Amino acid sequence: MKTFSYTIKDEIGIHARPAGLLAKKAKEFQSTITIEKDGKSASAAKLMMLMGLGVKGGDTVTVTVEGADEEAAAAAIEEFFKANL
Amino acid sequence: MTVFNGKGVYGAVACGKISVFKKRDAAVKRYHIEDAAAEQQRVEKARAAAAEQLRQLYSKALREVGETNAQIFEIHQMMLEDEDYNDSINSIIASQLVNAEYAVALTADNFAEMFSAMDDSYMQARAADVRDISNRIIANLTGAAGESGGVEGKSIICADDLAPSETVSLDKDKVLAFVTAHGSTNSHTAILARSMNIPAVIGVGEEFMAAAEDGAECIVDGFTGEVFLHPDEETKARLAEKQRADEEKKRLLQELKGKEDVTLDGRRVRLYANIGSVDNIGAVLLNDAEGIGLFRSEFLYLENSDYPTEEQQFTAYRRVLESMAGKQVIIRTLDIGADKQVDYFGMKKEENPALGFRAIRICLKRPEIFRTQLRALFRASVYGELGIMFPMITSVSEVEQILAICEDVKAELKAQGIDYSDKIEIGIMIETPAAAVISDRLAPLVDFFSVGTNDLTQYTLACDRQNPDVEQFVDTHHEAVLRLIEMSARNAHEHGAWIGICGELAADTTLTETFLRMGIDELSVSPSFVLKVRDTIRRLDLSK
Repeated sequence: MKTFSYTIKDEIGIHARPAGLLAKKAKEFQSTITIEKDGKSASAAKLMMLMGLGVKGGDTVTVTVEGADEEAAAAAIEEFFKANL
Repeated sequence: MTVFNGKGVYGAVACGKISVFKKRDAAVKRYHIEDAAAEQQRVEKARAAAAEQLRQLYSKALREVGETNAQIFEIHQMMLEDEDYNDSINSIIASQLVNAEYAVALTADNFAEMFSAMDDSYMQARAADVRDISNRIIANLTGAAGESGGVEGKSIICADDLAPSETVSLDKDKVLAFVTAHGSTNSHTAILARSMNIPAVIGVGEEFMAAAEDGAECIVDGFTGEVFLHPDEETKARLAEKQRADEEKKRLLQELKGKEDVTLDGRRVRLYANIGSVDNIGAVLLNDAEGIGLFRSEFLYLENSDYPTEEQQFTAYRRVLESMAGKQVIIRTLDIGADKQVDYFGMKKEENPALGFRAIRICLKRPEIFRTQLRALFRASVYGELGIMFPMITSVSEVEQILAICEDVKAELKAQGIDYSDKIEIGIMIETPAAAVISDRLAPLVDFFSVGTNDLTQYTLACDRQNPDVEQFVDTHHEAVLRLIEMSARNAHEHGAWIGICGELAADTTLTETFLRMGIDELSVSPSFVLKVRDTIRRLDLSK
């Protein structure tokens, strides 16, 4: 299992567009990718739930990756956060 | 006439007839089914059709409103594929043995509610997206897809609310404006209206939809957020004029921003703007003026209850120079008196203030006021391209006195080790017939002339600007005034000075050709006239 934390820099947070892209990215991997904020969590592959977390700029999220390709998936998702959020 | 108020999301005016947007029948019936698998297959088919429609909508949006705005339809496609969303539909069908339409509608309600309940206006607006994709699936299930709203001809589309897909689906050439009873400025519909350049007013309330009917006359003012139903003649005339002015302005902005001020035969003119306060700089930049040809420094005195300090003035001048980033800024020294009175100057009441103690006359009689302003100006000069000009000149000796004071102030600054620019241009206003007549003697003393046509006309024609009874005798195109300007231009050029016009006449496009033929080098007009004058300049051919 791989875990990392990230503080959102984008002012609006995980809004529709990045959520959509993140979900797309997450589906590329076999591993289960979970985003957690303040005790609420959602699968990164699920667009609506992801948006439902209501992650805003300044919020810190914890990302957990578990599965066969967790190494690559964690790296890719972290990369995605840095580039888009 | 009834006026409704909402929020304008795109500033423009539209007049026309209403077309009430008919939603696809969203009322979904619930009924019992036997074969859950078959019903789930119906959903799957409808969902695939919806995805294909969204792909097409995305291409249409890409062409019409650009990539950023088209993305919403990509997101809609992703929402259609969302696992939880689809699981919810399928499990409702399987567990309750209900029809597909109902399962989709119920799922839509649940997800929309989740978004509506969030404490974030952006996410709340996403509820509309969920309903939009769900209605699309339902329309495909019932076979209602593809039917457009009842729009005929070019009209003002009125609806309770418009989904982004509905907004983009509409034929842009048939839409004059959008008016919705609900909706937020954050909604994609509002954003799309903005990028489609269509006037839109949202959130006018349900009363409007109750009163609106197909074919009713209506005016939408996207600037103020007002919607006029059955407008009266006066309102129609007023808004038609507003619409005309706005369209003209936008046309000029689009066509002429960034373009050079040059005639067809290659003659370049400097087109500057007049301002009366630091706050107007935004308008100068927006309208793309090449510089500031007249910055009236009076506001510093008029806004104050005591003489503005050197520091106060320095700050203001520096701000203007810095904001204009290297473009020339010509600041006119104090022009108070006549119609502009300031209490703390303690001036006597005059019989004839226009011919009285004003402008440079005050400065020369009370040099301490003048010196403070000059020190502030010279100090600020290192922050840009400064020009200083002096108002109400009538004689050579006045100019000589002014120049002597300037030299003295510079020497004083130098002694104190304070920097000033050595590129400052010094000019005088030509606004008295005297100055124009002796312009051959004034020109060698200065870098430039700037013609103040309002005062020059008043003094030449002996017509008080403030007296409405003599208005009919004021001919702004009077030959005497034009001859004085021409004379000044000739004399300026003979002595190596340049000449501009900063009075109201500079914006009179019926005279632009006359001025250019006289050899006027610069025209300075209100920011809102810059592009209109540029338009005129660029159509002129002086070789003919």
